Amino acid sequence: MKQDISYSAVMARDNEIMKKALGMNYEKYESGNIAFDYEALMADVGFTLEEIIEIQKSSGVGNTPLLELRNLTELARKISPKGKGARIFIKDEQCNPSGSFKDRRASVSAYMAKKLGYKGIAAATSGNYGAAVASQAAMLNLPCIIVQECFDSRKIGQPEILEKQRKCESYGAEVVQLTVGPELFYTYLRILEDTGYFNASLYSNYGIAGVETLGYEIINQCRAMIGREPDVIIATNAGGGNLTGTARGALKAGANHTLIYGASVDLAGLSMASDHDFNRKSFTTGHTGFGMPYATDPDHSDVPRSAARPLMYMDDYLIVKQGEVFYITETLAQLEGMERGPAGNTSLTAAFALAQTLDEDQIIVVQETEYTGAGKSPQPQLSFARQNGIEIKFGDSDEEIPGANIILPDHPSRIKVRHADLDRMKKSYIRKSVQHVKATFATKEDISYLMAETRKDHDFVVNTLNEMKIELKIPVLK
Amino acid sequence: MDEVVKAGSYVQIHKVELRPEERTGKLPEDTKQVPLELWTKGFLQDDAKLNEDVIIKTITGRTVEGTLVSVNPRYEYGFGETYVPELLQVGIQVREIVKGGIIR
Repeated sequence: MKQDISYSAVMARDNEIMKKALGMNYEKYESGNIAFDYEALMADVGFTLEEIIEIQKSSGVGNTPLLELRNLTELARKISPKGKGARIFIKDEQCNPSGSFKDRRASVSAYMAKKLGYKGIAAATSGNYGAAVASQAAMLNLPCIIVQECFDSRKIGQPEILEKQRKCESYGAEVVQLTVGPELFYTYLRILEDTGYFNASLYSNYGIAGVETLGYEIINQCRAMIGREPDVIIATNAGGGNLTGTARGALKAGANHTLIYGASVDLAGLSMASDHDFNRKSFTTGHTGFGMPYATDPDHSDVPRSAARPLMYMDDYLIVKQGEVFYITETLAQLEGMERGPAGNTSLTAAFALAQTLDEDQIIVVQETEYTGAGKSPQPQLSFARQNGIEIKFGDSDEEIPGANIILPDHPSRIKVRHADLDRMKKSYIRKSVQHVKATFATKEDISYLMAETRKDHDFVVNTLNEMKIELKIPVLK
Repeated sequence: MDEVVKAGSYVQIHKVELRPEERTGKLPEDTKQVPLELWTKGFLQDDAKLNEDVIIKTITGRTVEGTLVSVNPRYEYGFGETYVPELLQVGIQVREIVKGGIIR
């Protein structure tokens, strides 16, 4: 019998297709209402951290250098009040086989795909993750398909995404390229259904467990290099997995006092699903257009429940401007002799701002770099922006308007700490969690779950539920 | 462009995944008005001309139908069509502020 491949028919088979493509059933983690058992999902990865380190070692992943950025720290001190200017370290994740931390995220999935006997592996991603999956698949001689959102309706592609296509193809992967739109998921489901390939989702428990080694390594390297744990680790935040995995790994290394900050590029006002806006942004990841919706609504990804839950681990969320990241990317090359991709430098930019507010003896670790080159470095990115009518000039970073201009700071002191409103995001998270299961009431278990997920107190959760007119089923002591 | 592309050539094909009226409701107006389009590459199964409907076998062995749009498709990006000189000023500025430098 020929399958119905209409949009509605394929989407209706979503759960069934995903169950086959992930080799696991997410239903067992559900409570039947708002809560779900996140730790059980993570435990079902079935490997200890040490075993994951071994899996990654076998494919050349991890154990990347931690470098101190002395000149960048010096620059921060020159423009800071006396006594301020924390030491900035960076984890050189471009040393992974495909050039980014995403190899950690792909490694466990590829291992599982092979171990479970899947014929191939697939991922839906326009970013470094595609290259990582393709590279890991190459090592295991598994066929690989990467589905990318790449072009606008004029078939103009983001140069950075076009480079990822080339990189995936260089590892022998097939790349399916699409125009803008969330229905990419429909195409992806059809491919999974047709091929029977493993879904190496960015948001699976395997993906997040793979990133735990990053946080773990940072803590142990800091102990060895400086005799203590860092004060802050900053992670560029988009889908939330980078931050979640790093934070979990740091905790597993026993770092209970290291703060975990997220950082994203401010793309406020640009719609991620808009054909027109698609090529008016100069960052294809690490931006608020992903960072905000994935933090507040993690369970709208390509798995039933996302293992990336950044609000559970984020102590602060810093927002930087596109022009600032280009400025710091150039500074990293010019002062430290390290040419690295712009998107991964989002957290470095936030670190540079934060360093100016912390004491000289404090330690900030930027937990990634990524490879750069054609399509990816600031030259092609800014050239493409100019070609698309974006004004590029020096000035006050606060005057940057995403989609209209890119303002390179006229002085590094323009690069300032800007905080996202985490409480507002946490309220939004609670609303989305309720809507996700169409809940009409909340139990004691649900409230405890929401408190853990948002790291807020009982009153915060209950007040938000009350605002939504959700009935509270809490046993009352008499 | 009436030249015949030989079977076995490495080509790119294009197809419409969803017509505008088939797209989902939760889209911005501009995206709603255009189709969801797809491109992929593979080996042409039969001789054909550009813009004809063809069948390809992709590198993973999938058979896909679509319109033939390009032969030996090249990578169409690089370091930008124009040079952006502003970036040079960043290096000049930060080196001036830090001055001297330190021996590591």
